[in-house]
Amino acid sequence: MSLKKAIRVWQRHFTLYRKIFKSSLVLNFVDPILYLAALGLGLGFFIKDINGIPYLRFIAPGIIASSAMFATVYECTYGTYVRMHYQKTFDAILSAPINIYELITGEILWGATKSAFYGLSIIIVISFFGLVDSILIVLLIPILFISGVIFAQLSLIAVALVPAIDSFNYFYTLFITPMFLFSGIFFPLEGFPPIVSSIAFLTPLYHIVNISRALAFGELTIWEDLIWLLVVCLILTPVSYKLMKRRVMT
Amino acid sequence: MVVVFGKGLVKDYSNFRAVDNINFEINKGECYGFLGPNGAGKTTVMRMIYCFTLPTKGELKVFGMDVYKDARLIKAKVGVMPQDDNLDIDLTVIENLIVYGRYFDIPKKVSKTKAIKLLEFVGLVDKADISIQKLSGGMRRRLLLARALINDPELLILDEPTVGLDPHSRHILWDSLKVLKSKGVTIIVTTHYMEEAEEICDYVAFMESGRIIIVDKPLNLTKRFGGNLEKVFMKLTEKH
Ligand SMILES: Nc1ncnc2c1ncn2[C@@H]1O[C@H](COP(=O)(O)OP(=O)(O)O)[C@@H](O)[C@H]1O
Ligand SMILES: [Mg+2]
Repeated sequence: MSLKKAIRVWQRHFTLYRKIFKSSLVLNFVDPILYLAALGLGLGFFIKDINGIPYLRFIAPGIIASSAMFATVYECTYGTYVRMHYQKTFDAILSAPINIYELITGEILWGATKSAFYGLSIIIVISFFGLVDSILIVLLIPILFISGVIFAQLSLIAVALVPAIDSFNYFYTLFITPMFLFSGIFFPLEGFPPIVSSIAFLTPLYHIVNISRALAFGELTIWEDLIWLLVVCLILTPVSYKLMKRRVMT
Repeated sequence: MVVVFGKGLVKDYSNFRAVDNINFEINKGECYGFLGPNGAGKTTVMRMIYCFTLPTKGELKVFGMDVYKDARLIKAKVGVMPQDDNLDIDLTVIENLIVYGRYFDIPKKVSKTKAIKLLEFVGLVDKADISIQKLSGGMRRRLLLARALINDPELLILDEPTVGLDPHSRHILWDSLKVLKSKGVTIIVTTHYMEEAEEICDYVAFMESGRIIIVDKPLNLTKRFGGNLEKVFMKLTEKH
């Protein structure tokens, strides 16, 4: 496994993205701003505050985390599947001196890059509206890269297992959407039976939301969540590589 | 000098044998054709030679190197024109070449100069900066050939290079291949167009159901069986 060769794959995706990025960048902001406007302002009118925090400020850090997640997950489910199955980009890459592990690493690094990049762009917008208290939020960028690696690996596992592209519906409906709703972005989980927070604890989004919120308020109480992310990253690595290798090579 | 050497080569997909114990030897500067009907196993043989898939069993050496161990070194010296068009549809013609060159660690400056030369060679230089979605089928095939040449390969593998092309485009591609051959590039080609094999191949191996049933020079075959290669093919596949 050569990192340089993995970066060659990353560069290919970067070259393509640079061409469409101007037209897609504005679109990136639409979703997060809609959530902030509809829920933050709309629902916030009735809720006022959660644990003493104004509602809009409560959800803003979570929206950074979820936007980054969605960027990675779209890239590494639909994007990867199209490259692998329809455009045969993988065949082209694997005919050059790049092996399957380097190819998978390139996909993951690219997915993680999108997480960090989308996170950064949403942070800029949200700070512009004055919704972030602390400069510590910049620490979130590298951490979003780590959570991006996790979401990329989870997506690749989905790619390796789905029989066809429309099967991603199951991945989104049964996994991504519930995770998005119950990760503590919109409400604290304390109101639910303990089983809900136990399940949330097992999902990566919950931890990156915790980290994002802590940093946004200038607190460094992120270590437990960060360790959780690192451990899960390590656990997922052999699984995602093995399943993807099987999917691509046979 | 032997460039590709296969002995007792087998490839199984789950419980299906796609390539069944074949032997062949391809020498430097030759154009060697694998012929046979769809499903005969031609693409599978190509994919083993360019180290895309490993053989299940048998010996396979390319430039004297072992495909089981030296895939990266082999790939660096091989150019591949795949059966399925896998150009990057979001990139321009020249970007396709530069991005591909990067996989071989060719610096951008070098690959740019190279890309222009290759586009001249395949007659696409005036199309360098347009989106490949605007290319005709024949032009896309020529671009695939140019891309396969970006690393100055000593061995060129072409899997059904002219499938679906009109006769004119087909002749343009054949002419390019003849030029490459005259420069000493070894060429392996699969096809089910007998006319194509007669035109460019020094040797042809007929495959059927994963086996090579005969190998010879096209001329010898037509002499031995009478008629053109098309007739030879019909006779050979009838017997089995
Ligand atoms: N990845 C694969 N998995 C299972 N079977 C395959 C795979 N690739 C090819 N085959 C089968 O192997 C046989 C040979 O295929 P191929 O090498 O593509 O033949 P050709 O190129 O001569 O048309 C065919 O029956 C094909 O269905
Ligand atoms: Mg084929």
